[in-house]
Amino acid sequence: MSENVVKLSSKHKSKFMHKVMELLPEGGNLNLCLTCGACSSGCPATGLDGMDPRKFLRMAALGLDDEILKSDWAWMCTMCQRCIYVCPMEIDIPQLVYHVRASWPREERPKGILGSCDMALKNDSCSAMGASPEDFTFVVEDVLEEYRELQPEFKDMQAPIDKQGAFFLLNQNSREPVTEPDEMVPLWKILHIVAADWTYGSKGWGGENYCMFLADNEAWEHITRTAAKQADDLGCKVFLNTE
Amino acid sequence: MTFSVLAGLKKFNIPHKFEVKNIYEYYAKWIREGKLKVNSDWNKDLKIKFTVQDPCQIVRKSYGDPIAEDLRYVVKTVVGEENFIEMTPNRSNNYCCGGGGGFLQSGYKKARLEFGRLKDNQIQATGADYCVAGCHNCHAQIHELSEHYGGGYQVVHLWTIICLALGILGENEREYLGEDLKEVAVYGA
Repeated sequence: MSENVVKLSSKHKSKFMHKVMELLPEGGNLNLCLTCGACSSGCPATGLDGMDPRKFLRMAALGLDDEILKSDWAWMCTMCQRCIYVCPMEIDIPQLVYHVRASWPREERPKGILGSCDMALKNDSCSAMGASPEDFTFVVEDVLEEYRELQPEFKDMQAPIDKQGAFFLLNQNSREPVTEPDEMVPLWKILHIVAADWTYGSKGWGGENYCMFLADNEAWEHITRTAAKQADDLGCKVFLNTE
Repeated sequence: MTFSVLAGLKKFNIPHKFEVKNIYEYYAKWIREGKLKVNSDWNKDLKIKFTVQDPCQIVRKSYGDPIAEDLRYVVKTVVGEENFIEMTPNRSNNYCCGGGGGFLQSGYKKARLEFGRLKDNQIQATGADYCVAGCHNCHAQIHELSEHYGGGYQVVHLWTIICLALGILGENEREYLGEDLKEVAVYGA
C-alpha cells in the first residue's frame, strides 16, 4: 500500500468512472463493487506496479484520476476479462482500463504498441509489421510454388488471394509471411485436404490488431472496416480467424 | 484476431454480411465429419505429453466454453487422450499468459515475465512436454516463459500437430518442434 495518505474531498469526481458508465449497458456495474477481492486474487497482474484490479477500481470510484494516470498499470493489465468472469457483480474493470489507456496522450503511450498500430495504418494490409499487399502476395505465391514442386501430394494446393465468392475469408498473422513463411504451409495443407473454399484478402489480411491494444478507437475502427469491406466485397460467408 | 473483429464490428456498428468464426470450431467439425482423418497412432509409443493454453481472446472473451471443448477434442484426437493433461484452472476460467493486450510490445518486460509466472507454474505442474498455443501472442509469451523460468517445455501451433498426425508435416515446417519430434513422421522422408 502507499506510504502517503491520500486526502479526499467532495470535489473529487472521476471522469474515468463517469465516461465508462455512460458507455456501457448498466454502467458496466462499476458502482456495484462489493470489495470482495475476487478480481485481484485471481489476477496475474496483481502486485505489478503496486496495483491490482480492486485497488484500480476503488481509486477510480474515489476520483483519484490523476494518481491512476501516474501509474503504468493500465498497460500491465492485459484486459483478459478474468476479473469480470469471477466477479459476483460482473463489473467491467477492463473497460475502465481501456479508457485509462485512451486517456494517455497518444504519443506517450508505449512505443512498441504505438509503432505496431502505426505500421498497420501505413497501407491496406493493416499488418502490424507493415508488409504491403504486394509483399504479401509475393510471399504467398512464392512459398506456394515451392511446396507444390517439392511435395507432389500437394501439387494442386491453392492459396488464393481475392478469390471472388470464396466461402471463407481467412486472415493471417503477419509473423508468418514476414519472418517464418514455411509456417503458413501446414494450415494450407489442412484446408487443401478438407477441400475448403477459402481465400486471403489483399486488403485487411493482417490478423493482429495493435490499435485496439493502443486504445485508439479511430484506428481500430479503420482496420475492422477495411477487413469487413474486403470480406463483403468478395462475397465471403465466413470471416475465419486462426487466433 | 477474433475478438478485435467481433468487438470492433459491434462497437463501431459496422454493417456486414458475414459471420465471424474461429478455426478451432472448423478443425473439430472436419474431424467429426471424417474430412480430416487424424489419429494419435504416431504418439502411441512415444507418449509425449501435451497441455493446452485456452486463449482468452477466443475462449473467455468470444465464444466461451464450447470452443474450449472443440479445442480439446482436436488436441486429444491428435495426441491421444492419455497424453493430454489439463492445466488448472482452465477453459473460461483460465489465466492469461501475459502475452495479450499489447504487453509483448509495451516494453515492460520485467512486469510481463512476473505476470507470466502464474502461467509457467501452471504449465510446469502438468509436466507436459508441449503446450499447444493457438494464438501468436500466447505462443511468443509462453515460449519466453519456458526459457526464462527454465521449464524446458516446447510451444506449438495447433496446425503443426494436426499435420504431424496426418503424416504431412515436412522437415521445414518443424520450427517449434523439439528434438523429440524433429524426425517423427516426416513427410517426404
